[in-house]
Amino acid sequence: MDIFGRLTIDSLPFYSAVAASGAAVTVLGGLAVVGAITYFGAWRMVMTQWVSSVDHKKIGIMYIMLALVMLVRGFVDAAMMRSQQAIAYNNEGYLPPDHFDQIFSSHGTIMIFFMAMPFLSGLANLIVPQQIGSRDVAFPFMNSISLWLTTAGAGLMLISLVVGKFSTAGWTAYPPYSGVQYTPGVGVDYWLWMVFISGFATTMTGINFLVTIFKCRAPGMTMFRLPLFTWTIFITSVLIIFAFPALTVACATLILDRNFGFHFFTNELGGNMMNYINLFWLWGHPEVYILILPAFGVFSEVVSTFSQKRLFGYVSLVCATIAIGLLSFTVWLHHFFTMGSSAKVNSFFGTMTAIISVPTGVKVFDWLLTMYRGRIIFKPPMLFTIGFLVTFVIGGLSGVLLALPPVDYMMHNTTFLVAHFHNMIIPGVLFGYLAGYMYWFPKAFGFKLNEKWGTRAFWCWIIGFYIAFMPLYVLGMLGFPRRMEHYEIAAWQPHLIVAWVGAVIILLGMICLAVQLIVSIRERNEALDLSGDPWNGRSLEWATSSPAAPYNFAVLPKVESRDAWWDMKRRGVAYERPLEYEDIVMPKNTYAGLVIGVAGGIFGFAAIWWMWWLALLALAVIAGTIIYRASDDDDEFVMTASEVKEIEDARFEQLAKAPKNEMADEPGYAGDAAAEPAT
Amino acid sequence: MIVRHARALRWSSRISAATAVAGLTVLCAGCGVVEGPTLDPKGPIALSERNLLFKATAIMMIVIIPVFIMAAWFTIRYRGTNRKARYTPNFDFYWPAEIVVWSVPAAIVVWLAFHLWEYTYKLDPYTEIDPSVKPLQVQAIAQDWKWLFVYPEHDVAVVNELAMPVNTPVSIEITSDTVMNSLVIPKLGGQIYAMAGMQTRLNLVADEKGTFWGRNVQYSGKGFADQQFQTHAMSKDDFDAWIEKVKQSSKALDAATYETLAKPSQKVPVTYYSPVEPNLFDCIIGKYSHGDVDRMPLSRKAETTE
Repeated sequence: MDIFGRLTIDSLPFYSAVAASGAAVTVLGGLAVVGAITYFGAWRMVMTQWVSSVDHKKIGIMYIMLALVMLVRGFVDAAMMRSQQAIAYNNEGYLPPDHFDQIFSSHGTIMIFFMAMPFLSGLANLIVPQQIGSRDVAFPFMNSISLWLTTAGAGLMLISLVVGKFSTAGWTAYPPYSGVQYTPGVGVDYWLWMVFISGFATTMTGINFLVTIFKCRAPGMTMFRLPLFTWTIFITSVLIIFAFPALTVACATLILDRNFGFHFFTNELGGNMMNYINLFWLWGHPEVYILILPAFGVFSEVVSTFSQKRLFGYVSLVCATIAIGLLSFTVWLHHFFTMGSSAKVNSFFGTMTAIISVPTGVKVFDWLLTMYRGRIIFKPPMLFTIGFLVTFVIGGLSGVLLALPPVDYMMHNTTFLVAHFHNMIIPGVLFGYLAGYMYWFPKAFGFKLNEKWGTRAFWCWIIGFYIAFMPLYVLGMLGFPRRMEHYEIAAWQPHLIVAWVGAVIILLGMICLAVQLIVSIRERNEALDLSGDPWNGRSLEWATSSPAAPYNFAVLPKVESRDAWWDMKRRGVAYERPLEYEDIVMPKNTYAGLVIGVAGGIFGFAAIWWMWWLALLALAVIAGTIIYRASDDDDEFVMTASEVKEIEDARFEQLAKAPKNEMADEPGYAGDAAAEPAT
Repeated sequence: MIVRHARALRWSSRISAATAVAGLTVLCAGCGVVEGPTLDPKGPIALSERNLLFKATAIMMIVIIPVFIMAAWFTIRYRGTNRKARYTPNFDFYWPAEIVVWSVPAAIVVWLAFHLWEYTYKLDPYTEIDPSVKPLQVQAIAQDWKWLFVYPEHDVAVVNELAMPVNTPVSIEITSDTVMNSLVIPKLGGQIYAMAGMQTRLNLVADEKGTFWGRNVQYSGKGFADQQFQTHAMSKDDFDAWIEKVKQSSKALDAATYETLAKPSQKVPVTYYSPVEPNLFDCIIGKYSHGDVDRMPLSRKAETTE
């Protein structure tokens, strides 16, 4: 057996200029990061304070950094596809089919698994413990493993650009096409192992947050006092725990098919591809809600804060979230109405799908009614929320249309479908996460993001979205199938050129986001968040300093109503200092999570390339690390009361310098909590 | 005051600009789409599917239009700088509003569900269109990357071309000799997957003469983009003449020829075959299904054996 398995020198991307430049950008990007850390002499800080951290806030920040990097990569794929289709009328364009097919596969994979999922985990990590008045998540070390296994998956994604080729089977990897008979090579194996490994990580994140929200709430924080964002993370965690095993099983069985001669999904010998497709969507549809519910949570927080008003219909919103969570498991078959199921089966799943639109519609109206009789301040997060409300209902309309099996027979596999799910995921998921990023950025770093560039980013994104995706609806009506590398129907081209213009405007939006970050860091001293409560907020994450102390709360808050922080400000008990502080037990930083992540990535790489000895070695390292860590009783340390007091003294000194209310200078400011009568 | 007005003005101008962009996109989009297959069908199945699309879109406007109006109105009216608007910071519950926001969408969904069931049964692709007329039998076989159509009653087979008499229902049995494909002729109706070792079915009829494109729309590999064919809907006489023309072909589709044909190939020109190996279609299914030539997707099977 060759020690390099099936890895040979020909696996390097020197066979095509496009592949080689993609690889070069990836390698140079990696070197640039290493170089920058070295240049700033930051290795010690990176190693001791970040990669070994079990602090949920730092883990959250690292997740979001990963998500933003992958957003760039996923966007580059999208722009390449739009460019190819804009020119490929009656010619081959600039991308050969093999390359184009890898790009649409990697675009979907990246955006779902390595952009949206880490972004979601990042926001949850950053905010949920603070929102429920907790000092930590339930399992801080497991949290670190989740982060590094997710990063291992994303790392494999980036490595696939340099060593070997990626899958051409789309982000869903339908067999038998994804089987070894039709797609030999490492591409699908890359896809399978990265999804498998990061799926593991996500399942652990789900367990972590379910337990955190159940067990770590502050005194008085009953379930029906939880902020909406926490509620949505709670339901999302439940969905993760139930849905991800289906994906893991689908991947594992396809891995057996491809590598060990099994026949779960092959054409021959009793295999049946329909089983894979059922399993995949049994995960895939809940996954849509796993992604979008937290964004709904962000919108709920943002709309209430910037309308300066209580959230309208709290109970309705919670019930709608639960209903969506339950119903999300009853609709998966609508992804393949065209498989030839009977009218009875299709009607059932079509009806269930239409029913999901009811709680979703309720949410939209509740957010609108929150704005009603409010005093709306148009900060960038609020702009994204309003943009979402208007745009999302169009996606809802096309979704209900696709839920009707006869309409789906016509529209399935066309760009109408592509337009539909981008119309849900860009305004629904991405706008939500970007709103959350801009809303909670000061909580993470202690200064606010530049509003001008945020507003510009918003306008580029929303205008770009309409120009890029409305033509895809039309193209769908013209019969344009998805995943077309070139085409021969002239009527399609003008729409594809318009869509390309839209992609260029979205590129401007991406640039605005980058400029916003750079400008904000350079001018951070003008936008410092000294109080920890930059938006005159309502929930408990605004009670901590920005950035929060390692323990979040020196004294656990006592919650007496919804909008707990607002209520404390109203009663005049916010910023109260205790007579004395207590010792706080904290988890120690550890490299074990990083080691498991790196070993997980090596395991995946080795399994992809059939270097079985290395795979076994990596598994042994993982097992050894877990055993070592599990038998290490010295995994906590005590932050003494005097240390806590020191941090808190500094915090209150800073508070004294802070404006009493950072929103008070806003032209639309409506007054602080203290002025508000009790109800 | 002036500053406030200027801000409000800037806001409303931004919103109207955005609306205009959206409107223009939709309008531009309108050009060309009316002749597209979805809005300009050439058969009753596609027409019914389109009508359902129209109906559902119309009923959904009951929800969508209020959202647009409320979003625009609330954004402008309740902007923070407008001190004349009422401000009720504790207004967070109102029974009538709750009842409306739950019941109106629910009522729409009830309406939709009724139509959904009716149309799904009516437009089930397996249902024969007119039980009193014997449909033309066609067997479609997906290959990498072409379509083979067999006319079992006429003992002919054609690659990448489909002909049918106008106003005569066509019943297409579908299978695949490769990965999953999906057969669609958009002007005539919706699609159904083609899967190896299974047969699926599509019933269509053209009520106008003409040439309509059809293709595989389920991504199937590097030749996918070119996996297309033309459908000719013609008069009965022309169709008979077409069959005669195909029968004149010098090529027979025997097992050996089939094996060669089934190998991956791209941009295959229209090719006529006659005669055709008997039971070719069943053999292709049987190859993957241990000889069970009637194998169907699971839920469909349960249904037919009921």
